[in-house]
Amino acid sequence: MPNHDLTAEQVRDLRALAGMMIPQSAVYDVPGADDEKIFNDILRSLERDRDDIRRALSHLAAIGGGAFADLEAQRRSEVAAAFREVGGAPLAALVRVVLLCYYRDDRVMRSLGQEARPPFPRGHVVEQGDWSLLDPVRARPPMYRTINTE
Amino acid sequence: MLDKVDVLIVGSGASGAAVAWSLADTRMRIVCLEQGDWVKPTDYPSNGRDWEARLFSDFAINPNRRARPTDYPINDANSPIKVVNFNGVGGSTIMYTAHFPRMHPSDFKVRTLDGVADDWPIDYATLEPYFAENDRMMGVSGLAGDPAYPPHQPPMPPLPLGKSGARFGKAMNQLGWHWWPSDSTIATTDYEGRARCINLGHCTPGCAQGAKASTDITYWPHAIRAGVELRTMCRVREVTVDEHGMASGVVYYDAEGKEQFQPAEVVILACNGVGTPRLMLNSVSAKFPDGIANSSGLVGKNLMFHPYALTYGYVDEPLDGNHGPPLCLWSQEFYETDPGRDFVRGYTFQFGRGVGAIMEAIVSANAGRLPWGEDHHGAYRKLVNRRIGLSAICEDLPEEHNRVTLDPDLKDSSGIPAPRLDYTISANSLKMMDHGIARAKEILTAAGASNIAVESPILNGGWHLLGTARMGTDPERSVVNEWGRCHDVKNLFIVDGSIWVTSGGVNPTSTIQALALYIADSIKQRLANLFD
Repeated sequence: MPNHDLTAEQVRDLRALAGMMIPQSAVYDVPGADDEKIFNDILRSLERDRDDIRRALSHLAAIGGGAFADLEAQRRSEVAAAFREVGGAPLAALVRVVLLCYYRDDRVMRSLGQEARPPFPRGHVVEQGDWSLLDPVRARPPMYRTINTE
Repeated sequence: MLDKVDVLIVGSGASGAAVAWSLADTRMRIVCLEQGDWVKPTDYPSNGRDWEARLFSDFAINPNRRARPTDYPINDANSPIKVVNFNGVGGSTIMYTAHFPRMHPSDFKVRTLDGVADDWPIDYATLEPYFAENDRMMGVSGLAGDPAYPPHQPPMPPLPLGKSGARFGKAMNQLGWHWWPSDSTIATTDYEGRARCINLGHCTPGCAQGAKASTDITYWPHAIRAGVELRTMCRVREVTVDEHGMASGVVYYDAEGKEQFQPAEVVILACNGVGTPRLMLNSVSAKFPDGIANSSGLVGKNLMFHPYALTYGYVDEPLDGNHGPPLCLWSQEFYETDPGRDFVRGYTFQFGRGVGAIMEAIVSANAGRLPWGEDHHGAYRKLVNRRIGLSAICEDLPEEHNRVTLDPDLKDSSGIPAPRLDYTISANSLKMMDHGIARAKEILTAAGASNIAVESPILNGGWHLLGTARMGTDPERSVVNEWGRCHDVKNLFIVDGSIWVTSGGVNPTSTIQALALYIADSIKQRLANLFD
């Protein structure tokens, strides 16, 4: 397992929270952020945000009065809503890591109509566009101020 | 002790590379010390699926976040704008947008024209041949005929308009406002060994393909072939002085962390508007107890950023997203002073192409646009690739209370005191930003955008570090003279953005490099009596 420095309870809470943030969807044919592959990516990717995420999970557990993952669904929703209000920078870091990993998953990318590949070496196509749009600007007189040194 | 060299340059970025290349034809022995390392094309994020994630880790634009061993920390807690930079061969040209406007003629004469700040001791006409030379060396794409500028001819055609550019163009025409394809240092044709851009995506964190000009692939190969020695992983601690008060060389830590003294006849600082004053303030001696060449007390003062006011919205069809370089157009409609406004000077609009999937998700989550739960997916699909935005890049005027000092506690990994920033956005700049936001909303509305949002100032928007060792003819009111030589130390030169008198309202790299080439030429013309 990756060295993420989270306790087993924090791992379970993080997974439960990630799944609540982005649940699986049959409509869009995408996994949730608690999907095993995506969640393992999340655990591998804490790096610079590790301390903030630990703080966020401690805060989450404090709000819920215990392990978030063990709460009933209704109570989880209430705790999550409260956490969103007061989580601050540590929560923002946690959300960032979840999104970083979710939106690079092949299944999610394909669902969005995006190619699941790195930009290099194939690149992308950007249309040249209609440069005649510039004609009114070309017709303008010089706009810059000249300097009279006399 | 190492052998004495003729010229020692500290920093290999935009200005250090240009001055090294220009001076190489003197056949002097020239050494450049760079605290970072070479970046290989395979290092860049666009090689991997995790390219966006790395914008938050080893290719983060904020050095405090990036925290590579080659970075130094910056205490920016007392600034609403955080410094962004890169430390490596090529400096921050590795990690810039390649947006390459020149300063305008009026930017050099703001006291004469508008009664604020000070005029520069040089003008646009003086720099014009160096702008052109730099355009050739860096490889600039663009379109001649922009009515906002004196005539010039970029060597390559402009970047493509794309879907977002066409939308902006139509909107600006509807409003009757100026817009033009940006000058950019991104190759649009094969150019001097660089292949044309194939739109790898947002290339601010470096270009894996080499289409974006960073000085490691433009100036440095030429300079090294001409005999300049570039030493990497060398972190300079201080500039030393001899008994006559002349610079005698620098003390630095090499790649193994060993302290070295490199003696030199001439020392040139090219460490940017934060790194240069930091080094000067760390260079304390009996002759210069307040830092080298600081008899004016102005080293570190008059720090200027360009406060960025970002406004964006969403349209009802997919645009270019992260496909292609992030910037392709500018507007100078509100650049020159208009007495009818409640502020002096002005700003450039730079138009953004869009953002990638992850960046959209993160920014929208932070802004509260992205719900948790079942609704997340539908909401996200109305945002991704549909963003269209523009930034007002506002001229910041010099104020002495905006400054770089040495932090009493924070040090880099070599134990060298780190810089501390104290900076506030002026009332004039705030009015300018508000004006830019109001006009941007009109533009976005004309472009068919809704859900308009604002980030002002852009927090991690301190790309442009200017003014902290200003140029002038009066030694009591400036640090360097009109050709970059320190008033107090006649063999110490500064060529980076520190020497700017005012900031203009444009990305500064083009002008920084033109200035470096001009100073190099000034040195070459005076070699026989350089220290008189």
